[in-house]
Amino acid sequence: MMQIPCPFCGARNESEFSFGGPVKPPRPEPEAVSDADWTAWLTQVPNPLGPVQEQWWHVRGCGTWLTIWRDTRSHDIVEGPGDGN
Amino acid sequence: MKQSYSALSLLRHGINRHTTWAPAWRSPPLKDRYDVIVIGAGGHGLATAYYLAKEYGLTNVAVLERGWLGGGNIARNTITIRSNYMRDASIPFYVKSVALYEEMTRELNFNTMHSKRSMIDVIQNYPMMRDRRRRQHIMDIYGSTYEQISEAEIRSRIPALTGGGPDARLPVVGGYVHTDAAVNRHDAVAWGYARAIDSMGGEIHQQTPVTQLLRGPDGRIKGVETPRGIIRAPKVAIAVSGHTTTLTETVGLKLPLRSMNLTAFVSEPVKPLIDVIVNCPDAGFYLSQSDKGELVLGGAPDPGQSFRRDIKQNVFEDTVAAMLSLFPAFKRLKLMRQWGGHLDIAHDASPIQDETDVPGLFITAGWWGGYKAIPAGGLTLAHLVAKGRPHPLMEPFTISRFRHLDYVMETGTTTAR
Amino acid sequence: METKRLDRGGRIDRSRPLTFTFNGKGYSGYEGDTLASALLANDVRLTARSFKYHRPRGIVGAGVEEPSTLVELMNADASGNQPATTVTLSEGLVAKSVNCWPSPGFDIGAVNQLAARFIPAGFYYKTFKWPNWHLYEPAIRKAAGLSAAPSEPPAAGQFEARYGHCDLLIAGSGPSGLMAALTSARAGLRVIIADEGCEAGGALLSRKLTIGGAPAMDWVAEVVAELVAMPNVTHLQNATVWGYREHNYLMVTERSPDNPSLLERTWRVRACHVITATGAIERGLVFGNNDRPGVMLASAVQTYVNRYGVVPGKRPVIFTNNNSAYAVAADLVAAGITIVAIIDSRDSVPEEARALVPGVEVMAGKVVTEARGGRRLRGVVVAGKTGGSARRLSCDLLTITGGWNPTVHLWSQSRSSLRYDETLSTFLPDTPAQAVSAVGAADGALALQQALRSGAEAVARLTDTELPEIPHAPDLPYAIEPIWRVETARGKSFLDLQNDVTVDDVHLALREGYSNVEHVKRYTTGGMGIDQGKTGNINIIGTVALAQGVTIDAVGTTTFRAPYTPVSFGAIGGLREETVALPYRHTPITDWNLAQGAFMYESGARWRRPGYFPKGGEGLQEATNRECRAVRFGVGVYDGSPLGTFELKGRDVGRFLDYLYSNVMSSLKPGNGRYGLMLSDDGLIIDDGVCFRLDDHRWIVSTSTGHADAINGHMEEMLQTRFPEWNVFITAVTSQWNNATICGPKAREVMEALGTDIDLSPDAFPFMSLRDGTVAGLPVRLVRVSFTGELSYEVNVAPRHMRDLWAKVMEAGQPFGILPVGSEASHVLRVEKGFLSLGHEVDGTVDAYDLGMGWSMSKKKPDYLGKRAVHIRRETGGVRRELVGVISKSDRQIPEGAPLTPGGRKEKTEGFVTACVWSVVHDRWVGLALLEGGHSRHGETAHVRLKGGEVIPVRVTVPCHYDHDGEKLRS
Repeated sequence: MMQIPCPFCGARNESEFSFGGPVKPPRPEPEAVSDADWTAWLTQVPNPLGPVQEQWWHVRGCGTWLTIWRDTRSHDIVEGPGDGN
Repeated sequence: MKQSYSALSLLRHGINRHTTWAPAWRSPPLKDRYDVIVIGAGGHGLATAYYLAKEYGLTNVAVLERGWLGGGNIARNTITIRSNYMRDASIPFYVKSVALYEEMTRELNFNTMHSKRSMIDVIQNYPMMRDRRRRQHIMDIYGSTYEQISEAEIRSRIPALTGGGPDARLPVVGGYVHTDAAVNRHDAVAWGYARAIDSMGGEIHQQTPVTQLLRGPDGRIKGVETPRGIIRAPKVAIAVSGHTTTLTETVGLKLPLRSMNLTAFVSEPVKPLIDVIVNCPDAGFYLSQSDKGELVLGGAPDPGQSFRRDIKQNVFEDTVAAMLSLFPAFKRLKLMRQWGGHLDIAHDASPIQDETDVPGLFITAGWWGGYKAIPAGGLTLAHLVAKGRPHPLMEPFTISRFRHLDYVMETGTTTAR
Repeated sequence: METKRLDRGGRIDRSRPLTFTFNGKGYSGYEGDTLASALLANDVRLTARSFKYHRPRGIVGAGVEEPSTLVELMNADASGNQPATTVTLSEGLVAKSVNCWPSPGFDIGAVNQLAARFIPAGFYYKTFKWPNWHLYEPAIRKAAGLSAAPSEPPAAGQFEARYGHCDLLIAGSGPSGLMAALTSARAGLRVIIADEGCEAGGALLSRKLTIGGAPAMDWVAEVVAELVAMPNVTHLQNATVWGYREHNYLMVTERSPDNPSLLERTWRVRACHVITATGAIERGLVFGNNDRPGVMLASAVQTYVNRYGVVPGKRPVIFTNNNSAYAVAADLVAAGITIVAIIDSRDSVPEEARALVPGVEVMAGKVVTEARGGRRLRGVVVAGKTGGSARRLSCDLLTITGGWNPTVHLWSQSRSSLRYDETLSTFLPDTPAQAVSAVGAADGALALQQALRSGAEAVARLTDTELPEIPHAPDLPYAIEPIWRVETARGKSFLDLQNDVTVDDVHLALREGYSNVEHVKRYTTGGMGIDQGKTGNINIIGTVALAQGVTIDAVGTTTFRAPYTPVSFGAIGGLREETVALPYRHTPITDWNLAQGAFMYESGARWRRPGYFPKGGEGLQEATNRECRAVRFGVGVYDGSPLGTFELKGRDVGRFLDYLYSNVMSSLKPGNGRYGLMLSDDGLIIDDGVCFRLDDHRWIVSTSTGHADAINGHMEEMLQTRFPEWNVFITAVTSQWNNATICGPKAREVMEALGTDIDLSPDAFPFMSLRDGTVAGLPVRLVRVSFTGELSYEVNVAPRHMRDLWAKVMEAGQPFGILPVGSEASHVLRVEKGFLSLGHEVDGTVDAYDLGMGWSMSKKKPDYLGKRAVHIRRETGGVRRELVGVISKSDRQIPEGAPLTPGGRKEKTEGFVTACVWSVVHDRWVGLALLEGGHSRHGETAHVRLKGGEVIPVRVTVPCHYDHDGEKLRS
């Protein structure tokens, strides 16, 4: 069980969170892109062997959606929410 | 010609203190060119090479394996073979796979210890009963079996299941029996295929990781790069559960896949206790007893993307607590070993088997509970590679479905869906 | 019976004798004994039979490494496959050997020894194929499996789990662990130190060493006393650290917690730093018949003599390749035991080693090629390493040591790397992957002074403090020349005693092409037993390396996986049983429902709700029909509280809802509501529900019961990640409102009887509007929605008023024949109306158009979730399955989920029946279905095909079977 840094509550057990999936590029303007680009955006997510940016929902805590960078090989959190600021 | 395996041959070689057994497979020198390269000597890769030779006469084939053959997810799963699916797209494929498994020992002259022992779904919720009821009629169309049984029958067939009584948090309300379900010996499947591939002239190269896919100026695949050198082939098939995108991204190819970690664990070995596969979708676990006596258990997957072969303690504890709710006597039973495996799950949670946008490059991926799919998945991939078009059983599972957002929304019956 | 107990010495309490039973015979021992030490004291040598060949086996080790003697504990202690060496002796203990029948002395399975030549490694892959495996499987299964499984949960006591947080977790309270604990605790760190033994001291418990000039155990006692007195230290014995997860999360299970009502307690420890002070495990030596009862690890012999005062043999031979045997020999001599000879495979034995045992014959450059004897060791054959003249020595104990393996299991579980060390001939911790250090023997510091120093050093590095003074602790330096197997051995040479894996088996695996160490392990099953090959794995690796002519590190290790030693599932599950593990939700009127005899069950999102209210001997169908008739022809009431309810506040709620729903919500006027669908960006329907506007900036969103939690997450995700700048606040108010929904043609009369300040006339308070006011004197929010197709009032109150409201509704409704309505009747009523239910009609494949709800897909809004996806899917997709009504042409209910096939033939389906109910208005079975091209097939006959081939023809209709124009619900 990982320990996830919540920007409001501090480091908390993963069991307090709900996984929110990897961060995709911003949603394109639907009318501005081709069908192929739209479906690619919809169905493809980053899947790196290494750090991935992802979201977690602190559902059994303060309710915030937060973003971290986590290494998929080790589960090490390489950048917490706000670390990059 | 391979040495035949039988009780008689054991006796004969026994006289010679077993010094006369030939290798089950060779370690041939690596050539720089093949007709087909299969990446990954796990279950799907080996089955593909086997059917390429057996069904399509393609024997100038190299299976390249990063580690050791049979070391993929075939070495880290819960060996459940079944076909109780819900949709027309899926059921006939799994029915075929179950049938191929049933013939495997004879076909490969290698005892896969296929034990057709039935799976019992133990249901603790009325909506789940409805879901199971829906399956039985459509499964029947494709020759797969599913019979409703009462709570009393469940308890008589699984005497160790003493929890889930009328006052329990989730009382057992009934169940279904899938008599086609089986377990077998996963190592035997890998080794049996490897031996058969070798005898037909195919090659398996272990410790040969592919670091880069190579495309020709025409955009077609032309081979792969490995630490042992460049190997050329006009057709390359990727069967590397979990690492599919790692490979395809070397040619800039993106796929609707993400990699996850699914875990399993075994108890200490105990005397025969449960002779069916027990699946408890409401509680959230499944178990069977291996021939060595260990209870093999699985539960929910780890939600995040992962390439770490470890178990998430919180997910694991959920599974154990669920198991104890139905099998309270197992409190004194002990955990002996646990492990995880990588798999990739497609955007719609159904498999993908297709030629990619890189001509000559094929993938078989997104197998979620892919052990049961090994023989049929190998057969269909071999067809695709040899003929250049999908096998009829795999037509619903092409990549193009994502361009049309025409998803195949199938849910497996195990909790690990 | 001859006792093997020394007159004095050992850490047993001779004033407290205990009696116990082993394999049906009574014996005695002392407090402080293990089952193994007590058996040896009673001269019980044959304690087990091996797994495959059923060869006689004895006790080999003294701790968790024991490969041979596994026992099943009976009665209150019932549990299986316990190494006898780790079972603490207690009064009345009853144990028996596993895996032999009827007893280890007379074991029927021993006939396998005769066939041994024909059942080599992996023999089962080559045979048992004809006619099929199923014929052989029962016999094979019966032969496998060791102990029987426990058949009952523990009769008394419970398991517990708790969290622990610390600066430093130390695994192991041997010398290096204690030194680390002392140093870190004095520096003020919060320390947890846990050790698998019942006493602190580790190897010091078994050895006769001094620290600071006094017996080492005096030092241990002083350190433990100091630690226990410190508030920042938690000291656990009988507590194994068995799992090392990500983010320095470790599992520790205490087997004898301080609370008598607790069976075991698991600590889930989050540690800033971890020190593995897990010691080392001795490995065996591989020669002919090295499994005979009486062949024991040197460290075990030393333990039995020094710690338990037991003499495992009067005429021992020692066989070694390293220095540690000489300290053991010295302790034996000190105990008055005459050593026959020390066989040392090294050509030259270090002088400081020899000096420990002056006068004992040391045969350097020699090996034991064979142990002799059957059920009891009688002697050994000694020869040169490459053969030459053999000499027989008579003995009753063969003390062996193949060197020491640092216990790197936890280290390795943390994903930290290992390296092979030539000098120590073993794998050592290399690069840490988490905040972890290895110390003492676990890091290859095998002599005492080194171990103490490494424990202190690790803490000094961690705390950036000076190294404290290390007490003087003389010990024989360790030196080894590895010998992975005796090449001139005669007889079966075992590498893995528990799984009966021999050198020949490994050679066979290699010959057959199973060349990777993982293949060897799997083909031979070596290292796959309960002991996970703690004493034998490296000898397997060495045997492979020798055969392949490569180095040990080229072969590599197999993976170390949790748990370090087996852990009971009870300890893992802890207290999490039943409602503790999985709470359910219910509403304030559950007691009332139960008092009415309601049949309650869960129907989504863990809500326990009434399914129906049977009267007399009614079954489900009769009760449901009665409740349906009440709603259709009179009045009924149901508790709609579980429906998900959210209050959204803020300036941007309108456009936020327009983004979430496929239709327009922002145009709603205060007090009015609208039904809508929520789609995912994939264009899949994720929920349906009604949305009401309270005032300019306040809205109520209601969701289906089952999806309320998911929709909460979805809305928060959209708001926080896509539109963080929008002014919207979402509050889940499902539990802040309860309701009684009064429905049926007489609903208005019941409302009037209850008394309200709200004008109930259809013009003043029409369908899909909302009013605040009072009903029966209670403050309410009254909503005109309908899930039944009838005139309907949803009377929402605060939960504290719910029981009061319910009682008043039942009382006021009584003259009108009001009945409580369960979820079964609700289901019938909504099917009659053709209303959707997620999970029935909406199963992840259909869109709004398929459901005949294309009107809900706004053309005006340029964008909303799912718009583009639905467009793309419809543009390119083929035939769609569309929602229709079906009326059974037979008098048989169509099972829900039954497939529709062309002509009822056994072929690919063209749809399925999503629901089928007995309609009390039509007096027949009616249903809903998803059917290919269904919208253009109204009036046609379609065919349900059931399992077994039965075909039910159905007439295809519009989905709505009742009050098509909605006059009743608007009335």
